Amino acid sequence: MDIKDIIKPENIVYQKTKLFTEKPLSYCPGCGHGTAHRMLLEVLEEMNIQDKTVGIAPVGCSVLAYEFLDIDMQQAAHGRAPAVATAVKRLMPDKFVFTYQGDGDLAAIGTAETIHACNRGENFTMIFINNGIYGMTGGQMAPTTLPGMRASTCPFGRDTEIMGNPLKITELLAQLPGVYYVTRQAVHTPNAVRKTKKALRIAFENQKLKKGISFVEIVSNCNSGWKMTPNQSNKWMEDNMFPFYPLGDIKVPQLEKV
Amino acid sequence: MGELKLMKGNEAVAEAAIRAGADGYFGYPITPQSEIMEYLMTEKPYETTGMVVLQAESEVAAINMVYGGAACGRMVMTSSSSPGISLKMEGISYLAGAELPAVIVNVVRGGPGLGTIQPSQSDYFQATKGGGHGDYRMYVLAPASVQEMSDFVKIGFEMAFKYLNPVMILSDGAIGQMMEKVVLFDPIPRRTPEEIEKQCPWATTGKNANRKHNVITSLLLDSHEQEQHVFKLRDKYERMQKEDVKFEKIQCDDAEFLFVAYGSSARICQKAVDIARAQGIKVGLFRPITLFPFPSEELLKLSSQIKGILSVEMSLGQMIEDIKLAVECKIPVNHFGRTGGVIHSPGEVFEALKSTYLGG
Ligand SMILES: Cc1ncc(C[n+]2csc(CCOP(=O)(O)OP(=O)(O)O)c2C)c(N)n1
Ligand code: SF4
Repeated sequence: MDIKDIIKPENIVYQKTKLFTEKPLSYCPGCGHGTAHRMLLEVLEEMNIQDKTVGIAPVGCSVLAYEFLDIDMQQAAHGRAPAVATAVKRLMPDKFVFTYQGDGDLAAIGTAETIHACNRGENFTMIFINNGIYGMTGGQMAPTTLPGMRASTCPFGRDTEIMGNPLKITELLAQLPGVYYVTRQAVHTPNAVRKTKKALRIAFENQKLKKGISFVEIVSNCNSGWKMTPNQSNKWMEDNMFPFYPLGDIKVPQLEKV
Repeated sequence: MGELKLMKGNEAVAEAAIRAGADGYFGYPITPQSEIMEYLMTEKPYETTGMVVLQAESEVAAINMVYGGAACGRMVMTSSSSPGISLKMEGISYLAGAELPAVIVNVVRGGPGLGTIQPSQSDYFQATKGGGHGDYRMYVLAPASVQEMSDFVKIGFEMAFKYLNPVMILSDGAIGQMMEKVVLFDPIPRRTPEEIEKQCPWATTGKNANRKHNVITSLLLDSHEQEQHVFKLRDKYERMQKEDVKFEKIQCDDAEFLFVAYGSSARICQKAVDIARAQGIKVGLFRPITLFPFPSEELLKLSSQIKGILSVEMSLGQMIEDIKLAVECKIPVNHFGRTGGVIHSPGEVFEALKSTYLGG
């Protein structure tokens, strides 16, 4: 049998999501960013809102997200996506707007923009990729780096006496009245991926209903920054990240469910 | 003929923004310009024209809101005063890099540091030479009256969209706070979303089936691509120099000496010209209205008849460097000016001219 006989429409079980561009992903093999992108795009495609969506990806590994997502995108300065998104949504209230931010971006340099956009109850979706490290700049300590976890600027492990404790920004944001929906998910197993997709769908449906901020944290691996193989990194994430950043819903509205 | 009103410079900026058909204003309070947002919040244009007005959590947030709005092809602006403008500089550099239109008003106060809330012109370098990082320029307008505070908002938006570049209105605490008569231009309706998409086909308004996805970015990792991009920006700045230089000449025709001054300082120099003329000294005033592009050519032309120039600035002397370059150091150019929030008087300016060029 020739390969051409196998690649037939009736045999396709999995294919590229329509909303991906033709550009190959530039993320390290095994990195969670690609899967997170795909779940986001599947949701946008299923909701049929490609033509109404504007995404904002600030500096971080996903700064090049605009290369891969076939939707209108803005690249923002490091940490400023929530401010950028605030204006986009207020000036075009009938569009769907999301930010896609790393932990350094959302919880260190952009903490003020994050908290205030959430507190104002801006009506957009925030996607927060927490990999506990600065991936793009080569693996420095992040606000979410675990105690004792090694990074290039804490080569002997994060010493909380000197470097402070990791910031559970997601729990903090859940306290704010402007924040409607908060959940923490992952993309390392098929089951986790399904849950993430469901969470993203809820987040965008909330936006349609003008409910305020919907916040989806995705605890993800950075196999390069963590200096592990993809498999090792996923195992390490389960053993170390999840106990500190437990998966599941953190703030769920009482009534509306999709 | 437009409506005649007595207004503060800052209020004129706010009123002009509404009348120009602006889509959004984003700011953070700082003296001496807080009246701009206060006026807007009182006028509530969001209930009339639909213009968004938002108090941001910082100047950093405000300029990034401007970035987001401009990236959607919207007419958006912010205002601040010196320390706040310093905070905006990263965002301004991003606007320039991503080629986005925006108007930024700086009602300058004395510095450095927290400085004073009194008027100053010490942010000239920051406005005209970059301020933020990278190879870029802003189109910089320097109003010298409340009338121009109003008019330059409209011109500012026109230039911002003509060049797809940030425009700065470089004012100061005196112009911002003083009250004068102003003829307000007739309101221009805000553009519809359809008009915006037509005017700004590059804007991120949602990808439709008729076009590729739009991307707003200032990231060009390949240095050769970045170089080409910077060359493209340079071509725009050269075009500004050719097409949109603005200046005013007052009693320059027979002048032997020249004050070169902008904004508040130009108003003071106008009085100093009168004092000098009354004593038979032939002095003129050359007022750059665009500080970038600088009216170099005109100044060089004028310099052949001039024995000496006094650059009069409320600073230690910043514009003087552009004047020297413009006249190619063919004639003497000196500086006079009070700084740190102190405003020179016409008498002081006249005395400075005499002591510099007429042997006291
Ligand atoms: C103002 C500014 N400071 C620093 C940087 C350098 N920088 C780029 S990405 C980054 C960290 C990104 O980490 P994170 O947000 O966690 O995203 P990741 O790369 O891990 O996905 C830093 C510090 C920058 N681009 N701009
Ligand atoms: S550096 Fe880390 S976060 Fe960035 S692409 Fe590689 S694995 Fe992913």
